Amino acid sequence: MKYVLLFGGTMEGVDQLPEDQRAQATADYEQSGKWFEKYYKNGKVIGGHELQGPGTATTVSRKDGRITVTDGPFIESKEVVGGFAVIEVADLDEALAMAKEWPGTVEIRPIVDHSRES
Amino acid sequence: MAGHGRDPADSRPLAGELTGSRTTTPAAVAAVFREEAGRLTAALVRILGNFDVAEEVVQDSLVAALERWPEQGIPDNPGAWLMTTARRRAIDILRRDRRYAEKIALLDHSTLPDDPAEADDRLRLIFTCCHPALPQDAQVALTLRAVAGFTTAEIAAAFLVAEPTMAQRIVRAKRKIVAANIPYRVPEGPDLPARLETVLAVLYLMFNEGYLSRGGAVAMRRDLAEDAMWLTSLVDRLMPNQPEVLGLLALMQLNVARSAARFDAAGDMVLLADQDRSRWDRDAIAEGVRTLDSAALLRRPGPYELQAAIAAVHAEARTWEETDWRQIVLLYDSLLRMGDSPVIRLNRAIAVSHVAGPQVALGEVNDLAMALGGYHLLHSARAELLEQLGEHELARQARLRALDLCQNPAERALLVRKQGG
Repeated sequence: MKYVLLFGGTMEGVDQLPEDQRAQATADYEQSGKWFEKYYKNGKVIGGHELQGPGTATTVSRKDGRITVTDGPFIESKEVVGGFAVIEVADLDEALAMAKEWPGTVEIRPIVDHSRES
Repeated sequence: MAGHGRDPADSRPLAGELTGSRTTTPAAVAAVFREEAGRLTAALVRILGNFDVAEEVVQDSLVAALERWPEQGIPDNPGAWLMTTARRRAIDILRRDRRYAEKIALLDHSTLPDDPAEADDRLRLIFTCCHPALPQDAQVALTLRAVAGFTTAEIAAAFLVAEPTMAQRIVRAKRKIVAANIPYRVPEGPDLPARLETVLAVLYLMFNEGYLSRGGAVAMRRDLAEDAMWLTSLVDRLMPNQPEVLGLLALMQLNVARSAARFDAAGDMVLLADQDRSRWDRDAIAEGVRTLDSAALLRRPGPYELQAAIAAVHAEARTWEETDWRQIVLLYDSLLRMGDSPVIRLNRAIAVSHVAGPQVALGEVNDLAMALGGYHLLHSARAELLEQLGEHELARQARLRALDLCQNPAERALLVRKQGG
């Protein structure tokens, strides 16, 4: 069963944070690097990337046949998606166990499996 | 299904040829559903590997039974009757899909496991229904349906929700179980404590919902408090020596033991202080205390065990005045050490008023005004303490505030009576 893990948070703007928060963010960042290493090695992570910050995002939207290009991410929220991983595991509990080791917020979404369609 | 191998369940008489000897009261039907539905669902999930279909066809068989049994009587082997009905329904559904050909063959030869100890999968079922990936209202509804054999209509009635809304909630949750591949498994190791806590929270919510509406105007086919208690003892049987399971069971038993005295002949709610203690069920209290003792023997007290201990102190006091309030304050202190909560602080303050007087208690209650300003019991507790201090006008104002905030009709009636007196 494949799931996508969406990771909350980004390193964008971290250098403007107060010292203690910056240190925490840096520690978490290192931790997330180790997480990827561990799960790539044992084959649970089959894809994924860290994303550049929301300041680099551009959104193309379509309304009434008109296409507009705007600056910024399309999800209007304080939370930002900072990266994602595609994982292949037995079930939701295994995905949950992996997500619990991630140093931050994670959304777990099962993928739509088109390969089962005939 | 004629022509296929018939198993023992098939040889049971079906509609039209029932020789049911049991009386078909709603309580008797409920008792049968409770015993059979969970086993049946669990067995079918195992055979089909599909929670959604299994749960659905069991529900269909319960609805069919509700239609037929009142006229024809409860069959001699109701479990087999339900299994046959559910299996036929499953075959109907699965026939439409070629991928399930093998499953149909399996279904044709399946029976309910004869040895309940060997194949009681209901624990797995409970943990799946109470998976934290599901919203709590759906956890409650699914557990009632799949494990305790409630119909959707009964759940909707119990929670005062329109039936289509409840049905929708259940459909969504079941879809998520399948789509997100929520496993059908009892969690192990470090996951177990938190998962068990989720299960117990569901059972406690169910219990409170049933217990608080007891004696109320609405008569129900199923007694939610009774079913919650049954489910908790089922968890205890399937997962013995878990202190918090025993603690919660004791808490429920001790509350139910006193429930006859909670309402007077006119149907009005009676506070603990004013209850006729001769109407408490002494045998049930003794049973609750025994359950509590077996929890205490495990020496890992948790919040439910402590709340049960508080309930036991009340239950064992012959009069309100003889209540061991010091012990109750100490128990609340332990409870607060496990997790600070303003509601526990409020209850502790009420106990404190009996040990250190209303003035001290009022100070503690006032400290909670920020956290619990919208909670009617804070204001009714203030009213009570102010009354004791002779501050009748302030008491009256506090009671008015409580009335503004209180939703429960029985509690409102009580406040109105106090205001009048």
